[in-house]
Amino acid sequence: MKNLFLIGFLLLSSVAIAQTEGYKVGDVVKDFSLKNIDNKTVSLADYKDAKGYIVVFTCNTCPVAKAYQDRISTLNANYAGKGYPVLAINPNDAGAVPDESFEKMQALAKEKNFGFPYLLDPDHVVTKQFGALKTPHVFILNKTDKGNVVEYIGAIDSDPEGENASKVNYVQNAINDLSAGKKPEVASTKAVGCSIKWKKG
Amino acid sequence: MLNHYFVPNSEFLKLNHPNFRYHFMRIFFIICLSLITYSAVAQVKILTLDDLDKRIANGKDTTYVINFWATWCAPCVAELPNFEKLRAENLKKPVKVLLVSLDFKSKLQKEVIPFVQKNNIKAEVFLLNEPDQQQYIERIDGKWSGAIPATLFVNKKVRRFYEKEFTEIELKNTLLNLK
Repeated sequence: MKNLFLIGFLLLSSVAIAQTEGYKVGDVVKDFSLKNIDNKTVSLADYKDAKGYIVVFTCNTCPVAKAYQDRISTLNANYAGKGYPVLAINPNDAGAVPDESFEKMQALAKEKNFGFPYLLDPDHVVTKQFGALKTPHVFILNKTDKGNVVEYIGAIDSDPEGENASKVNYVQNAINDLSAGKKPEVASTKAVGCSIKWKKG
Repeated sequence: MLNHYFVPNSEFLKLNHPNFRYHFMRIFFIICLSLITYSAVAQVKILTLDDLDKRIANGKDTTYVINFWATWCAPCVAELPNFEKLRAENLKKPVKVLLVSLDFKSKLQKEVIPFVQKNNIKAEVFLLNEPDQQQYIERIDGKWSGAIPATLFVNKKVRRFYEKEFTEIELKNTLLNLK
């Protein structure tokens, strides 16, 4: 009996540990409700007609994220109409980096004419759920009967600086595969990005 | 190349000749340009992973402490002094600290070199020249997510990779306990 408790406890704790590491490809995502730059809240469930989502953790200040800003806008322009809208989430704490403030997010979205929500994640709740580690960090979700399933985690493409002759557009390819009813051929990639600026204390 | 301008040339030597100013400015410009290139080459070298592998292979008994960083990465910048201290403490030992920047190549002149100069970094600094992140992240270590700072301790026998920040003591102990 004692042993059973122990085993049960071990199982529970391993589940808890797995959760803190964030989503893996194949996991079902819990919906969230985050404040957008227009002060309205946004949830995945708001997108009734979506076939899936391109969730991008990005921010105001990271040079790598900045290099990708226009490419994120292009993704939304190309794929929102096909059922895969972009939802950008800023995982950084404005207390740690003042330039990540809500006002600065609003200014950036206006300047760059973002056609997608740019959401605030105070206390990093959603960031931790996803297990986002850096900016930019993309999670592609596919809407199914089970819920929204993670189908791709990683980089937008293999060319942050615009100089890789053999550039691969990972996100674009993954969405094309999903639209064709297939699993993405490349389901995860690695990339150099800026670490998340966590709340201090 | 410069010799051409120092060959006695009657026209060139006439100080008030209109061409003098032009020639002078041209020489001045070439000297400045070569000085800038020289300091760039001297302080931050461009590095491929093949270069790095060769360096390790030719290092005999040297242990390389290779830190991957970038000027835009605040925790990386914060821990650089610890690597400088490690370098200074191991001058007489077969230990080399290499700081490999993952900054964009277009930032070499504008960001990386001024940063190295301003902070008076004495360790060898490189800028990684690899176009494909999928390839180079995997090649450095299969477990690396690509987040920096990250540090590789490597010699001919041992290869240990850490995706984390290091304190001065941790660096010292990791090097000492490398087996």
